[in-house]
Amino acid sequence: MEQIPASIWTLTAGVVVTLISFWVGHHHGLLPEQASEQAPLVDNFFDIMLTIGTALFLVVQGAIILFVIRYRRRAGEEGDGLPVEGNLPLEAFWTAIPALIVIFLGIYSVDIFQRMGGLNPGDHAMHSMHAPKSGMAVVAQAPSKTTSDATALLAAAQPPEIGIGASPDVQGKAPDLVVDVAGMQYAWIFTYPDSGIVSGELHIPVGKDVQLNLSARDVIHSFWVPQFRLKQDAIPGVPTELRFKATKVGTYPVVCAELCGGYHGAMRTQVIVHTPEDFETWRRQNQGIATAPVIPSLRDRHIHEMGVTAELVAQVEAIAHDPSPEKL
Amino acid sequence: MAQAQLPLDTPLSLPEHPKAWKWYDYFTFNVDHKVIGIQYLVTAFIFYLIGGLMAVAMRTELATADSDFLDPNLYNAFLTNHGTIMIFLWVVPAAIGGFGNYLVPLMIGARDMAFPRLNALAFWLNPPAGALLLASFLFGGAQAGWTSYPPLSTMTATTAQSMWILAIILVGTSSILGSVNFIVTIWKMKVPSMRWNQLPLFCWAMLATSLLALVSTPVLAAGLILLLFDINFGTSFYKPDAGGNVVIYQHLFWFYSHPAVYLMILPIFGIMSEVIPVHARKPIFGYQAIAYSSLAICCVGLFVWVHHMFTSGTPPWMRMFFTISTLIVAVPTGVKIFSWVATLWGGKIRLNSAMLFAIGLMSMFVLGGLSGVTLGTAPVDIHVHDTYYVVAHFHYVLFGGSVFGLYAGIYHWFPKMTGRLLDERLGILHFVLTLIGTNLTFLPMHELGLKGMPRRVAMYDPQFEPVNLICTIGAFVLAFSIIPFLINIIWSWNKGKIAGDNPWGGLTLEWTTSSPPLIENWEVLPVVTKGPYDYGIERRQESTDEDHDEEE
Repeated sequence: MEQIPASIWTLTAGVVVTLISFWVGHHHGLLPEQASEQAPLVDNFFDIMLTIGTALFLVVQGAIILFVIRYRRRAGEEGDGLPVEGNLPLEAFWTAIPALIVIFLGIYSVDIFQRMGGLNPGDHAMHSMHAPKSGMAVVAQAPSKTTSDATALLAAAQPPEIGIGASPDVQGKAPDLVVDVAGMQYAWIFTYPDSGIVSGELHIPVGKDVQLNLSARDVIHSFWVPQFRLKQDAIPGVPTELRFKATKVGTYPVVCAELCGGYHGAMRTQVIVHTPEDFETWRRQNQGIATAPVIPSLRDRHIHEMGVTAELVAQVEAIAHDPSPEKL
Repeated sequence: MAQAQLPLDTPLSLPEHPKAWKWYDYFTFNVDHKVIGIQYLVTAFIFYLIGGLMAVAMRTELATADSDFLDPNLYNAFLTNHGTIMIFLWVVPAAIGGFGNYLVPLMIGARDMAFPRLNALAFWLNPPAGALLLASFLFGGAQAGWTSYPPLSTMTATTAQSMWILAIILVGTSSILGSVNFIVTIWKMKVPSMRWNQLPLFCWAMLATSLLALVSTPVLAAGLILLLFDINFGTSFYKPDAGGNVVIYQHLFWFYSHPAVYLMILPIFGIMSEVIPVHARKPIFGYQAIAYSSLAICCVGLFVWVHHMFTSGTPPWMRMFFTISTLIVAVPTGVKIFSWVATLWGGKIRLNSAMLFAIGLMSMFVLGGLSGVTLGTAPVDIHVHDTYYVVAHFHYVLFGGSVFGLYAGIYHWFPKMTGRLLDERLGILHFVLTLIGTNLTFLPMHELGLKGMPRRVAMYDPQFEPVNLICTIGAFVLAFSIIPFLINIIWSWNKGKIAGDNPWGGLTLEWTTSSPPLIENWEVLPVVTKGPYDYGIERRQESTDEDHDEEE
């Protein structure tokens, strides 16, 4: 019987690996739902890398398993294998192909990052509108005994240059909604400068261009909404921003991703994406109620262990509500 | 056929040297590189067990979503010290200090390291560092993670944090002293008959590792000393309310700590390049490509640190530059993997424990490397940074990579070190349990991270509980996998089958001396007559020899 040529096997294996890789790349189900403008961009990029990665893994792993089975030493077999020391074309091939792949991925990632708004933090005409009225006074008071409050003020005194900024479609425009986000052990405080609302949960309207001004009052925290595929550290003394458009109504977790102390794992709250009408209703209902409880679930569970008292909560909210230096 | 042929002259007898070490020699300030190598390996392994127990405690805590097994602060102290011990007191000392010290002089035909006393000093900085770390638990334990970012590190458990810093400075000093020693030893002390292209690949890897450590470690030390000053002496290098900048610390820290992953993996790559050709009975495929890729990784590895800071206070251009530089590291790494796979082709592969661990490493490292590529790109990294996806990635490269490599090295060189063979059945059981445990523990973590579970948490969203339970079961399998290994080591060291000088038929110089090697390694220094991986090329060797004769 005539032997099947090796190239047919190689071709078949190539087709099978390609099909499996594409299938895995598009049906992995490893990512949570997409709820922001940035999420599909990140996911598509991840899918491409997973497709390439699966193909490479199958090829290398397949070769290893095949060689180990085929070239294993049989009982009683002595002597050495084929003395092949190198093969320049082959080595050039497997250096060039990964190099091309990573160059492609590098360029593509720059493009994705630009479309996410990553290259434009601080890009809008009115970025200083929410800075404290008296920046100099703030700086003069800054070196207080505790790091916490002064760093937040320092952060707010200058426009953010770090973070994820305006995506290309809203570049040069002021955001629809600005929320000041302060991280503290172990809570996020969301302040709406326009309406004076202070909340332990983030409420935003769907489809609107939202800018979060991140600051940290004590240690580094990291603001992460997995469904938005966005994460940005809130760093004491470094003003940062996170600008995005939520695309799907719903409630999503807000997670602190940077180790911030013993109860880091409990530093969780949620972002509620409303329809514009619901958001207006929420805003009307909450305007003027500055004493809304700080993330009730956390308070219920850990108030005792963390020593969070009602007075402390009130104090924090007062600071967050009106960050003018006189109140400190 | 051995790489070296001993001259036929009557061996010199050296009556002033004892023939072997006694057990108590290993507890002294001994200057022999082999004693120091074994001191490093055994000490590191003890710390591996301690760090492993911490990991088991943490995984037990994580079996459920609530914080119900460990106090959250103790959990953080465990995670900080687990990371620190595994990196600074297990993988780095075992790979560089242990295998490096034991093998480099033997492989290059030297009687010892260039600076034997410095070598002993470098080792003896490690036990106090470990003691400091463990004693820090009396003061609450450092809780700011192995990265110890300020301001958290300047606020929590400050005494323990200071002890942590001092411990790292001690091991850092040890690493710098060791690096100087390796560079000088390899550069100046290889036998004159060994050309650079006959230098075993493990030595090339150690050269690259030492250069990297020498450049990067002082930067970590500087960063940590400033942190120590901030904690204890009222300075404000990293205090934002007094003009400091917390992000500077991150740059200083990662300038060392990203290269540290290459410090952990480059010597392992070297071990792989020794183990695979010996047991596949083939010349290593692409000797020069493997040697130069070590140097390439060493150079490019110095310019990738900011990928740990994509979500931190880094300007956009940096995120882009470091995305591309990070991705480029994949190329020399890929070259090594492909070369090892090609070495298997057409071999006569001996599937013993050493080879199984080497093959296991290749599989796991490929997976870890590929997830590393996804992490290197800013858009995806922003989503998965500081999540369990990262934990999964670095455990695939560090456990599936470094630890598998260390095991491969131990199974391969144990006969040389002790003169006795390890039991193969126990070795294979060890391998199977380790392989299952590693994948069961770390594979599901990819999903956890992508779906939204941050790392370094003692309590988490209950939706992640089922997957976490699988990881915890895996961790227990991994913990039990050590038992056959420990039994094997202890039993075989005393009662194992006598190995002979060269049980695997290796061609590098260490196999030309007795097992265990004499003090001062050889009675008469060997002469290199063929390459370190010339398996199966006797026929070609003859013609090459003739060419050389003509050249001379």
